[in-house]
Parts: sequence; C-alpha cells; structure tokens
Amino acid sequence: MPISLAARNVSHHFGNVVALDDVTIDVPAGRATALVGESGSGKTTLLRCFNRLVEPESGQVMVGDQDVQRQSPVTLRRGIGYVQQHGGLLPHWRVLRNVELVPTLQHMPDSAEAARRALELVGLSSVQFGSRFPHELSGGQRQRVALARSIAARPGVILLDEPFGALDAISRAELQESFDNLRRDLSVTTLLVTHDLAEAGRLAEEVVVMRKGRIEQRGSMRDLIRSPATDYVARLIERARAGLEALRA
Amino acid sequence: MPTALVAQRESRPVVVASKPFGESYLLAEMFSQLLESRGFSVDRKPGLGATEIAFGALRTDAIDVYPEYTGTGLVAILHDTLPDSVAADPRAVFAHVARRFANLYHVRWLPPLGFQNTYAIAVTRSTASRYHLRTLSDLARESPHLTAGFTADFIGRSDGLVGLSRVYGLRPRAVRPLAPAVKYQALASGAVDVIDGYSTDGLLARYDLVTLVDDKHFFPPYEAAALVSSRLDRQMPGAVAALTLLSGRLDEETMRQLNRRVEVNGEDVSRVASDELAALGLSGSTHDASEAKAAPSAQHSGFMEYMWDRRATTAALLVRHLELVAFALVAAVIVAVPLGLGLERTRRIAEPTIGALGVLQTIPSIALLAFMIPLLGIGVVPALVALWLYALYPIARGTYTGVRDADPEAVNAAEALGTTPTQRLLWVRLPLAAPVIMAGIRTAAVITVGAATLAAFIGAGGLGEPIVAGLALADTRMILSGALPAAALALAVDGVLAIVERLVTPAHRRKRFWRRRTEGPNVSIAPAI
Repeated sequence: MPISLAARNVSHHFGNVVALDDVTIDVPAGRATALVGESGSGKTTLLRCFNRLVEPESGQVMVGDQDVQRQSPVTLRRGIGYVQQHGGLLPHWRVLRNVELVPTLQHMPDSAEAARRALELVGLSSVQFGSRFPHELSGGQRQRVALARSIAARPGVILLDEPFGALDAISRAELQESFDNLRRDLSVTTLLVTHDLAEAGRLAEEVVVMRKGRIEQRGSMRDLIRSPATDYVARLIERARAGLEALRA
Repeated sequence: MPTALVAQRESRPVVVASKPFGESYLLAEMFSQLLESRGFSVDRKPGLGATEIAFGALRTDAIDVYPEYTGTGLVAILHDTLPDSVAADPRAVFAHVARRFANLYHVRWLPPLGFQNTYAIAVTRSTASRYHLRTLSDLARESPHLTAGFTADFIGRSDGLVGLSRVYGLRPRAVRPLAPAVKYQALASGAVDVIDGYSTDGLLARYDLVTLVDDKHFFPPYEAAALVSSRLDRQMPGAVAALTLLSGRLDEETMRQLNRRVEVNGEDVSRVASDELAALGLSGSTHDASEAKAAPSAQHSGFMEYMWDRRATTAALLVRHLELVAFALVAAVIVAVPLGLGLERTRRIAEPTIGALGVLQTIPSIALLAFMIPLLGIGVVPALVALWLYALYPIARGTYTGVRDADPEAVNAAEALGTTPTQRLLWVRLPLAAPVIMAGIRTAAVITVGAATLAAFIGAGGLGEPIVAGLALADTRMILSGALPAAALALAVDGVLAIVERLVTPAHRRKRFWRRRTEGPNVSIAPAI
C-alpha cells in the first residue's frame, strides 16, 4: 500500500549555511517524484527529513499522514525503503542476507522468501547471486541488490539518494529501466533525488527543482520545459538539452 | 627459586628478599637456609629491582628481611649527612642508622655481618699505568679524558656520582648508565674507562683491575647487615634470633671468595651458601638441596644438559609467566575494548584519552612498581596491575580505530534501514572492526610477554627471574634459560591469537585456499559455498 509524504514549512541550517528555507511539499501516495538541483540545493537534506536522518529545526514532516516525530526513528525507518548512491551493502553478509535485512528486523516469518522475490524483481537470480558477497558483484549488480533490499519488506514509500549516480551510462540506463518497471509493479510512492534532469524526467511523474534550500518550480517535465517559472529553471533545462545535443551527430 | 618446605614450627613463612646482584643473592640465600635449618619456612623473593622497591617492601611488611649496607641506609635512604669524624667511624654510623631507622621506619638493623662492601671505583691496570692513577683525586684530574660506566643507581645517589663530582671535581667526558652485570665486561672491552665496582666483587680479581683509593674519605662505611621488618621483629623473635647467628661471622676475604665462586666460577648460589653455612657450623638438619643438583663446575656442562636439569624450575616459571600474561591481557581486553567503543561515540575526548594511555607506556617499569608498593605490596598483584596498564593502549587504540573506520557507508545504510544502535554495533561495526581490534590485541599480547619479565623485579616470579639473576651474575646460560622460553612463549601466544583472529575475521575477508574467478559481470561458475 503506497503512502503519502508531506513537509510543511521545513527549515534547517548546517552551521551558517541555509540547507532548507521554509519548504513545503506534498507527494501523494503512489506518485513518483524527483528532487532536482545542484549540490547544496537542499534536495538530499529534504529527502533525509522523511526518515529522520535529518531532524529539521522547524516545520512539520509527515509520512502517511503521521508526523514523523510521533514514531521512534527505528520503527519509522523500517517502514521506509532507502537506497543511497554507494549502495551501502554490508560487505560481510552475502547478498541474500543483505536483502533480507528489513524483513528480519520486522520479524517477518518468511523473510528469506521475501528476499528472494525482491531479488527476482530487480532482475537478479537468487540462485545465482544469493550466496555471493557484495565485492564479487559489479557496480550495477550491487545497486540492484540495494534496490532489492529497499523493497524486500514491501514498504509504502522508497527514498532514493542519487541511486544511479556512480554507475556508467549503460548500467545507469539499465537500472533506470528496471526501477521504472519495479515501481509500476509494486505501486509504491517514490521520492528520488538526482542532479540529472533527464533521469528525473524519465523516472518521475513530477519534478521539483530546488535551489539554495527553496523550491524553484514543481510540475511535470513538460510543464517545466514549456513554462519555466524562473531563469534558473530555464538555464537548467537549456544546459541539459545542450548536453543531449552534443550527442547528436 | 622454589620455596623449600621443611618441618615447621612457625606456620607463616619468613619472606627473604634480595637485590639483583651477586652478593645480595648470596647473603639472602644464607639467611634463607639458616632460617630453614632452624625450622622456619621461607618464601624467597630474589632480585627485587632497586633499593626503593626492596626497602619500600620492607617498610610495609611485604617482605621480612633483606641484606643492606649501612652507608646505603645513611645516604640513599635517610639522606642524612654526618660530620666527618662521625662519618668515618663504622660503629658510629651503624648506631646512627640503627637509631634513625627504628624511629622513622620501625625497621631493625641486626648486628653487622662482619664485613664492609664499599664502592670500588675501578680501572684496568693499563689505564692506571697510562694515566698514573692511584687515587680518586688522580682520577678526577684525568677525568675529562675518560668515559665512565656507572650503574643508574650510582649515578643518582648523593653517595655516588653526584657526591664524587662535588667533593673530587670528577667530570668524566661521558657517563654511560650500565646494568650491573655488564659493567665488568664493558670495562674489560674498553667501552668505558672506569666503573663503580664493589669491594667484594668476585669479578675484580678476574679482570685484574685497580681500585682507586678514596683519599678524601668521601665514601661512608658500608657495613653489611640484615635489615628486618617490624612485623618479624614483633611476631617472630625466634627467626630474628636465628638470623643474628650470622652477625660478625663473615669477613671481607671470605666474601670475596664466595663471590668469586658464584660470579667467576659460575657455581650455584644455593650450594655456595650452604657450603659456607656448613663451614661456619651453622647448618642444622639436612635441608632440601634440590636446587643444588648441579656439579661444582657447573659451568662446564653442556647447555642442553643445563636446561634439562632445570626443567622443573623452568616449567614452573613458564607457567607463572603465562598466568601473568593471560590475566593481564584478559583484564586489559575487558577494559580497553569497551573503552575504545565508548570513545568512538565521544570523539572529542577520544584522542586525548588514548594519548594519555600511551603516556602510561613511557613510565619506566621500576618506577611504576616502586610507586605501587605502598598500595599493593609486592608480588603478583602489582605486577599484574603494571602489565595491565601497559596492555591498555594498543587494545584501546585498535578498537577505537577499527570501529571508527569500519565501512561508514554500510553503517549509514544500516542506520537508514531501521537498525538500533546496538544492532549496528553487533551486526555491522564490531564484525567489520574485528580484524583491526585483533591486531591491537595481538600487539598487546606480544608486548605483555616481554614486559612480564619485569615481574621478577617485584618478586612475582616468571621467566624474568633467571634473566635478572643471570644478568647480575654474568651467567649467560641462566639468562638464556629465561630468555629462550620467553621468546618461544611470545611466538606461541601470537600463533594462538592468529587462529583467533582468523575466527573473528568476517567471511568476506578470509583468505581462501584456492582462487576462483568471481570478479565482474561474467561470472560463470556454480554458486559459492
């Protein structure tokens, strides 16, 4: 069952630097949303508010209509999938055990089976890969395992922080496709942080452009291209387009 | 030296100690055998590291008797100065020292044994003729050309180098601190030009040395006597009476001969002592001579035979050594691993705290032991405390570094997926840190095996005992009888811990016995085991 995300007037500093400046955002249940921006835009900070890895100085954060402060961080996080850029697989556990982590934490009775199914969903044969160690896999395979790990306990929402940023272009494309299929199959809310506008357009129904802790614009990719709300958004799109143009002969 | 148990009239053993040089071992052994022949049981604590340790132990009743010299009592313990007329008179010095010790420390000097053992500042005969040296004044005159090798004890004492500089103007070109046992070899080999010998040393004759005359009468008299604890004096007057039988019975020439037998001929201290007691008509019933099995010319038997003869003693020392290491190491792990883990959470104080532990390592062991005597006495307890302190740093450092650096990405991910701090610690951080923690423990273990030789300085036994005694008596075989087992023990301990390390290393890092091609996406083999 997908669940919604909401942030109301959230602000946060790191030292003297403004990370989030009175940000309000809604992600309806089942929607795929991308947070796009340069480094320092606040996109990762905002993402991490939803599983309390960041506790904002002011404002309210809600997951599934419940204020996150009302649950312990541990319980909250067990219900939210999380994928980070460098996987963060436990190197001393075999693949199957890694994927089984959250089902185990939740004391699911058939945790191993849930893990196997999750691996199949990301395109890895549990027979072939289940008993390998992470260092025996390629980068792309590792991220697939990280993805499988995040969905093994069928959470209502997945948070992804530049999940494909460290991969080569081909692997990235393959994983984007897998992720897309996965999301539709599972019907789960996703919030994806990326600096790659094209990826955002590809994977998300709604794109939120952030800059210096504020939301510049939100809408479908088409809305952004057709009517950029600010110069910054326009420049962002132009730069992305120029990058793609360079690939045409 | 194991305790000799005989038919006892007293149930509590008399603790007899000595300092680590030949004459001290000899006198203490004579005290011990004399007491045993009178029916007292004796607990031997030979080779206590320094005057501070021996006297500190006596004051606190940790030991009951050890041989001391009136001059040492006057200058090094009391730090008294006497007018020259008094200072030159051995009787007066004895009376003064006896009175002051009784008042200040409640410790009793038994009547002198009958000889003096004063400092013998010695040079080789060739040095003496080359620089025309006969007196200490001559030496002072030539001292800027000469290198001195003195024991650390002598360098610091006001009746040692300090006083010699003041009274004679002695200013050697260089002063090298030497262990007592290597002094004579250093002088003979020319590494140093002058040493602080003792007038009854056996090695003086062996190396044909010249003793310089104390023309300004700087050194006080050093009459040898038994120094007895207040506890023994009060509770066991019979033992005190037995010890007093030796008073006035030994003279300088006799002591030189006895020392020569031990230091030059390499004879067993126990046998030489019993021979002398027999010659003096002081041995009582037959005593347990298990220690004296070696032939009189023991020096000439083979090393393997020597080790074989000593096998029971060596085994006992090895066991004690291992006990000390094991207890100290386990206690250090119990404290230092949680400490390292805790510091990892409070990193601001982590470096200063671990740094402070490192500073502990720089404290010289003798100073540390001497410091602990008033609190912990002598024997196993202060030795364990000292070893425990030395083991803390490598283990704390290894734990802290291991946990701090263990795959932060994995730890972050584990946190984001809903593990509790305890689960993270047990499932992720400790397993990943285990190899580094084990490295710290292995380092500490090998250090401790070496450091446990210091236990000998404080009467706790272990393989340091024959090492210290062998150094004092210039007996290489005795040194090896302690050093070789200690080295073997260090290797064995490290070997065992290597196995433990392999057991705690996480599976993904264990070296395999065969190679498999598993890297990259082109994997084409059956599932891994």
